[in-house]
Amino acid sequence: MTAPAIHMSGSLWVGGSGLIDAFDLTLPAERWSVLLGPSGVGKTSLLRLIAGLPCAARLDGRITATDGAPLATRVAMMAQDDQLMPWASALNNVIIGSRLRGERPQRDLAHRLLVDVGLGDHAARKPAQLSAGQRQRIALARTLYEDRAVVLLDEPFSALDVLTRHVMQDMAARLLYGRTVVLITHDPAEAIRLADRAWIVSRRGIAPCGLPDDAPPRAPEAAATLSAQAALLQRMRQFCAPKAA
Amino acid sequence: MRGVGRRLWRGAIAFLFAIALWQAVVSLTGVPRFILPGPGLVAQALWDNAALIWENALWSAGNLGLGLAIGIVLGVETALLLTLSRRARWLLRPILVAAQAVPVFALAPVITLWMGYGMPSKIVTIALVTYFPVTSALFDRLMALPTGLADLSRLAGAGRWRETLLLRLPHAFPGLITGLRLAVVYGPLAVLIGEWVGSSQGLGHLMLMANGRGQTALMFAALIVLATLSLTLWVIVEALSRWSVKRLSSA
Repeated sequence: MTAPAIHMSGSLWVGGSGLIDAFDLTLPAERWSVLLGPSGVGKTSLLRLIAGLPCAARLDGRITATDGAPLATRVAMMAQDDQLMPWASALNNVIIGSRLRGERPQRDLAHRLLVDVGLGDHAARKPAQLSAGQRQRIALARTLYEDRAVVLLDEPFSALDVLTRHVMQDMAARLLYGRTVVLITHDPAEAIRLADRAWIVSRRGIAPCGLPDDAPPRAPEAAATLSAQAALLQRMRQFCAPKAA
Repeated sequence: MRGVGRRLWRGAIAFLFAIALWQAVVSLTGVPRFILPGPGLVAQALWDNAALIWENALWSAGNLGLGLAIGIVLGVETALLLTLSRRARWLLRPILVAAQAVPVFALAPVITLWMGYGMPSKIVTIALVTYFPVTSALFDRLMALPTGLADLSRLAGAGRWRETLLLRLPHAFPGLITGLRLAVVYGPLAVLIGEWVGSSQGLGHLMLMANGRGQTALMFAALIVLATLSLTLWVIVEALSRWSVKRLSSA
């Protein structure tokens, strides 16, 4: 599987009013790209457009894979919540993609993936019997089971407590290595920690931002990480400030 | 099982309390027995007319069971058809909405006119009042798949049929329960109305007849049997609901 880079350009609209002004960026192949911005700015819309999912916003422009092949069939997505079947066991949640396609489920593979995310003993449990962090790990295992070249992450760690979030960030960075990952988040710390490339999304467009030189996932307590985080927060405050202020 | 035992115990206490209240009203007001007979008289009437009541109850219960079954099966099929076919939705959804504004009970005389005084008109009336709530409650849930699951299905490349079977139907099961709850309330009402409009058998017929002859105790006896029938259906739906919550949503 060779993962493509993703090129997106244009502007985003809801009805007749502009949501995000003209942008043009390339999310590199087999790397983590992070789109950072405040809530309601249209980040999720961008992600849904990449995935080819129905979306309230309209893109005046194009989103393409750099290898020219269609994107939608090569995409897996993981969101914040609301994505597991409450009536099905962890294992059955992981293999649902196969069943939806009418393929023979690969139960052994699913089980191995549950072991990878540390839920080997919980394959028969239902989501309600597991913690929020464990549910997100099921979602991660399912995303890995789908084995797509492009993985879209819609604030998947936002609802988790800070320690669980760190564990999940490391786990995701390790297990999704080699895929083209697009992560959207409103948390500068998460962006600095995981990004190979990062952009700030606002009404005025999408602007690249600087990162420390070392490779992600970056140690959250390192001085370079912390100062980059502070600088990024400062930039967000300038770039994303409401017009009236 | 301890929970069931406790619920039965509580039910029995409440039942005895209601009987006592009933007796108290009769004793304290001295209301004549042809207006409101006491529980003792009604029990006596139930005992004396056991064969007559049984025969009529069987007829009503048979109609009710058959009517409910037909209404539920057709309702589930319609809801699935509407979910699977955009064209069916386009054509049938307005009809379904309009049909809910029509009091189906008001059709009972017409149905009796068309189909006569026998079983068919009763079964059709019961099936009709069951069909609409089941269809609309189930269909509403079938169409309300959470965004996360809808996205999952779309990205996985699922067809509408598999999506409906694997995601929508389990998600919509509580909607079916809602429909069934309404069905077991409307069903016995439809039994009564169907028989009041015109019938030579059944508990509703028996009530009219007893009323006409001033046998108020017998009328109450028939009413109690019908209430018991309703209650039995309600208990079945409750059990199904409890099972589905346990099986389909959480623990």
